[in-house]
Amino acid sequence: LIPAIVVFIYLAIVLYIGIFAFRRARGKEEAEDYFLAGRSLGPVVFLLSLFGTNMTAFAILGSSGHAFANGIVTFGLMASSSGLIIPLTLFLIGTRVWALGKKYGFMTPVQMFRDRWECAHIGTFITAVQAALLVPYIIIGVIGGGTTLSAISGGRVPYWFGGAIVALVVMSYVFFGGMRGTSWVNTFQTILFMLFGTIAVIIIGSSMGGFKSAVNALQASPATSALLTRERISPLYFFSYTFIPLSSIAFPHIAIFCLTARKMSQFKKTVILYPLCILAVWLPCVFLGVMANRVSDSPEIRHKIEARRMLATQGRQMQPDERDVLREEANGDDVLLIMLNRYAPLWLAGILGAGIMAAVMASDSQILALSTMFTEDIFAFYGGRRRFGERVQVQTGRLFIVIITIIAYLIALRAPESIFELAIQYAFSGYAALSPLLVAALFWRRSTKWGALAATLWTALAVIAVALFQSHTPAPAPGSTTVVATLGGWDALTRTPAGTAIFGFMPVVPMVIVSTLLMIFVSLATRQPRAETLARYFALSQATRRETEERAAQAA
Amino acid sequence: MKKTLLVAAVLVLYVLHQDFWNWRTASPLVFGFVPIGLFYQACFSVASALLMWLLVRAAWPAHLEREIEEQERKETAR
Repeated sequence: LIPAIVVFIYLAIVLYIGIFAFRRARGKEEAEDYFLAGRSLGPVVFLLSLFGTNMTAFAILGSSGHAFANGIVTFGLMASSSGLIIPLTLFLIGTRVWALGKKYGFMTPVQMFRDRWECAHIGTFITAVQAALLVPYIIIGVIGGGTTLSAISGGRVPYWFGGAIVALVVMSYVFFGGMRGTSWVNTFQTILFMLFGTIAVIIIGSSMGGFKSAVNALQASPATSALLTRERISPLYFFSYTFIPLSSIAFPHIAIFCLTARKMSQFKKTVILYPLCILAVWLPCVFLGVMANRVSDSPEIRHKIEARRMLATQGRQMQPDERDVLREEANGDDVLLIMLNRYAPLWLAGILGAGIMAAVMASDSQILALSTMFTEDIFAFYGGRRRFGERVQVQTGRLFIVIITIIAYLIALRAPESIFELAIQYAFSGYAALSPLLVAALFWRRSTKWGALAATLWTALAVIAVALFQSHTPAPAPGSTTVVATLGGWDALTRTPAGTAIFGFMPVVPMVIVSTLLMIFVSLATRQPRAETLARYFALSQATRRETEERAAQAA
Repeated sequence: MKKTLLVAAVLVLYVLHQDFWNWRTASPLVFGFVPIGLFYQACFSVASALLMWLLVRAAWPAHLEREIEEQERKETAR
């Protein structure tokens, strides 16, 4: 019960931070203050909160679970590629989004698209697609909260109650604190789960008697030696995964968060330190996930390893349903929790449990982003703010937060988690395929609203097509694939145990390439925005750039 | 020229992420327990941070910052 009490104390602290932020903002019922913290975040909060917003439950639980099954490849696949691509997109796109937001008062990416491409309902369509891809995250956040609280309390807190508490706490601090409360909570949470990894490695490492003997034993056994290499993943799949981090800047909650910085220079530290923050969180989790394969004195972990072995040796003779059951049993998302329960003292397990809760509760930013999108892109755009005023707009945003949290909780109670895990898998690819919109809007004068519409429509259709394909074609046994279509002797469309492959690549690769091509060719075939609009985005910047360069030359 | 070099540095690092030469081997174990593939990718993360530092130093979009500062100055003056 002690770990559960520590976690409840943590939840109370988080709630207090949200309410404290509400007190700080009292009297300021302005949309910009509530949804963007008045564009006033300082460098430390901006870095830690942005990083925490990007790190979902997957960063801690999912990464160790993936490493438990696939080995060290998890780090290169998901962490180090993100450490290059995400700060690069923040440097190139985030800074420009910030500057335009500050200059023209934008609060969402769609507001910028509407202005830049002179469109109205196309913007609404983009908002709808963005929202549809975001909702599964909120549901999975509630599910993760319920599951984790239940696991930490040893089953004393039932799943429905744990989910309700987590949903209520998140809803409360987002409701009261808006962006200011959410970013302060995220900062606190990021510090917690950054400490978590280091402490977990030290505790588990010393309890296991050091890692050298464990690694040598893994290397010596034919069943586990592949976990220390990347044999279980193909190089094409590894390459494909570098497209996934493109989704980060296209996520509305990240793009909106870029608008909260007080100064553009606050991006500097974030861009430089981001890869190191990823290293600090992911490396311990991945390493411990691999090491979990040596925890032979835990019956739960032994059971998972046995399920994985059966799946590998007898999976081909089994029915798809039987394979799904075994996959569920072999799932390693809770190996870190099991190891902590096994090795950490009770009080420490509680603190580390709070660290895990911090990662699980990352859905706050998505809820706030949805509320911002609804009130700015729909309510305000279709005349709500003009008719009812800004105060009502903020109240509408708060009401929206309550409604979306209740709906997410009710869905989380009824639907199986696997559906939403799958949806998130598609959502990453979907947002990556939407990233050409931002690039085109900011860097390509010739881009048009029709190009943006074509790319968004393609993204929506491609996500639906992949989802339908995967739900109708059962996943094959590990080590085998189901080839569905061939072209010129090449495997064009394949169902793999982990998902779908198109010419050996993950679907995200063709999705991003086709989205980019559609943006280019449809834009070239249609009329570009008026010269006055383009001048606001490009000509002025170039003139100022020239001026800056001249000043720099004079100074030199 | 500076811009070309920076773009080349980003592309080189992106290519270096695909370290196929470490694909099927865990040896040598760095510090006696870190497989070489994992150590390489950890070093890659440090290299990414260094590249970002270089980009911020050499290609920071200062003109955007100046534009906003001027706008704010004008608003304050009004």
